[in-house]
Amino acid sequence: MSKLSPPPQLMPKLKVEERIRCFKEVALGYDAEQARAEAARCLQCKVPRCVEGCPVNIDIPAFIRCIKEGKFDESIKKIKEKNSLPAICGRVCPQENQCMGKCILGVKGTPVNIGALERVAADWERGREIDKPDAAPPTGKKVAVIGSGPSGLTAAAELAKLGHDVTVFEALHATGGVLMYGIPEFRMPKDIVMDEVRYVESLGAKIKTDVIIGKIITLDELFETGFDAVFLGTGAGLPSFLGVPGENLSGIYSSNEFLIRVNLMRSYRFPEYDTPIKVGKKVAVIGGGNVAMDAARSALRLGGEVTVIYRRTEEEMPARREEVENAKEEGINFLFLATPIRFLGDERGWVRKIECIQMKLGEPDETGRKRPVPIEGSEFQVDADTVVIAIGQNPNPLAVRNEERVKLTKHGTIVVNPETYETSMEGVFAAGDIVTGDATVISAMGAAKKAAQAIHKYLMEKK
Amino acid sequence: MSEGFKMLKKEQLAPGIERLVISAPLIAKKAKVGQFVIIRVDEYGERFPLTLVDWNVDEGTITVIFQEVGVSTKKLGMLQVGDCVKDVFGPLGNPSEIKKYGDVAVIGGGVGTALMYPQVSALKKVENRVVSILGARTTDLLLLEKELAVLSDELYVSTDDGSKGYKGFTSDVLKNLLNEGRRFDYVFAVGPTPMMRAVADVTRPYGIKTVVSLNPIMIDGTGMCGGCRVTVGGKNRFACVDGPEFDAHKVDFRELMNRLRTYVEEEKEALCALEENLKRMRANV
Repeated sequence: MSKLSPPPQLMPKLKVEERIRCFKEVALGYDAEQARAEAARCLQCKVPRCVEGCPVNIDIPAFIRCIKEGKFDESIKKIKEKNSLPAICGRVCPQENQCMGKCILGVKGTPVNIGALERVAADWERGREIDKPDAAPPTGKKVAVIGSGPSGLTAAAELAKLGHDVTVFEALHATGGVLMYGIPEFRMPKDIVMDEVRYVESLGAKIKTDVIIGKIITLDELFETGFDAVFLGTGAGLPSFLGVPGENLSGIYSSNEFLIRVNLMRSYRFPEYDTPIKVGKKVAVIGGGNVAMDAARSALRLGGEVTVIYRRTEEEMPARREEVENAKEEGINFLFLATPIRFLGDERGWVRKIECIQMKLGEPDETGRKRPVPIEGSEFQVDADTVVIAIGQNPNPLAVRNEERVKLTKHGTIVVNPETYETSMEGVFAAGDIVTGDATVISAMGAAKKAAQAIHKYLMEKK
Repeated sequence: MSEGFKMLKKEQLAPGIERLVISAPLIAKKAKVGQFVIIRVDEYGERFPLTLVDWNVDEGTITVIFQEVGVSTKKLGMLQVGDCVKDVFGPLGNPSEIKKYGDVAVIGGGVGTALMYPQVSALKKVENRVVSILGARTTDLLLLEKELAVLSDELYVSTDDGSKGYKGFTSDVLKNLLNEGRRFDYVFAVGPTPMMRAVADVTRPYGIKTVVSLNPIMIDGTGMCGGCRVTVGGKNRFACVDGPEFDAHKVDFRELMNRLRTYVEEEKEALCALEENLKRMRANV
């Protein structure tokens, strides 16, 4: 291969015929040789645009240079200066809109596969003892972090590194938030999530599961028992429904319920695991985001013939390209420009058909995407005995449901000062989906990192 | 990971129905009448809700009563004193609205009769006159009859087979009382969904405020999964965070009963798998 323009390295993937029958990870990751070859494509720009595109500002050219030189340990250290969860980000970040979207090589050709390289470095570290970043001396300040998803883990890691005594409170029985309950094993293996959680613990953060803040311990009680600050990272965990007739028929799941069963409760291994899931012959997944892709591909692996129904066209789908391609390869059908207007059931209340209406694209809406407009008289029916509604999640304000001092917007997100991430209640901070609404893992992590810095400032200035 | 919650007492109340006292000091401190916990017995277990029957702040304990019907309750029933329940999560749901209503009827069916206890006790404390009506398939399955008799101003019993008290349903007992001219200011019912529906149908023509404690399929208990959604007054409500108690006259019971049947086949399969496992374990001993 020519030294000037080495070819892009393709991500090796599990064969389609194998992966549609199991929940094994689809993207297999580069081997060391491929990683070094891909790293060699990096131009090592003096003013690296990729770093601008990274919400946590990883020194991307530096970690890639280490890989190119075969110094994987140096590489992961470089990444961990800025990102405590690289094995996760290397897998689920929408790199095409971030670092890779900015890569200069992408202007005329294929950008450097920065995500795959981050993943290689992170995976190389698994099972090896790597020096942890030096922890600051203890400050004597205690911080409670509510929620152990991407924002909570990031805030916990940052605050622990700064020398604070951090306790993470998680409501579910498992840590990791959406990484555990939402993103399937074939995209985000759970033992990798556990390893990342263990890393955060190794930095000194304590994690307590089965604790529902707001119900079992109030915010006031946290302060009374010696916490100096509280970080709310409770995410966007409430399911949205379409609000059309028949939506409560049996066989209709929210994407949350469907994915919680499959991922958190491992019902794909029922009856070894006790939690069942019911996937019929004809599955319809409503929505066009990553969650819809995850639900569709899970349903396919559980034996269903799956159709994704999306109200706009493929162009406007918010899901990552890569996931849409994976879904297509696996045989997921797509029905574009259609939306359910009601669900029809049988005499036992089980869903049998979806009545849809055809849509056309109209003028752009506030998101800049063309607004779907129903075409009158275009109703048609689709067979379905399992339906998954994947049209987005709302913030989960349960932790502050009875706490009037923490102000919410009309959408249920928490109001924060954009500079300090402080809520309307003193000493209580928030970041991630609970503030922005339903977004990405990395945007939550980016915000949590800044919030952690703000909490640090607050704690050190506080008498 | 939590190390688990130690079981301190276990008592059989009736064949297949047990009362457990579990160490859970934080939950005991916050528990209120009408709330529930989510339990996961072991690493492979389902998450399922159980209503809190009692709690003791000083001893740091909570009490639940359950009937062994599916794989999860069977597994819970297999635990012995000193064993740990993997996860006990709560207190969840909204507390009951306990106030002085006046003349009150509290109705329980099946294992639901056990859940009458905290209700009757709380309603008595604020000086209501409480009539308790408890029913079961047969005499052996009547729970806490003595305790309820002591607490209540009046107590009626019904059994499906007529082995004790009135032969028929608790809703019939209520109907007869109303036909005799008895009046109630408030009715609370807890038990199998068809029983709660029957009670709602009896009180509807009288316009008596009637509240039921629903027990739909639930996973997280925090509003995330939406599996416990019920139609109440034409609106979608989540039993875990908006309930579990709702105005009985507004609940779409038919939809709820359909949804409760979602996993009938899988429940059987899981039970068979558990029994196979147990057989294998016994053979290996």
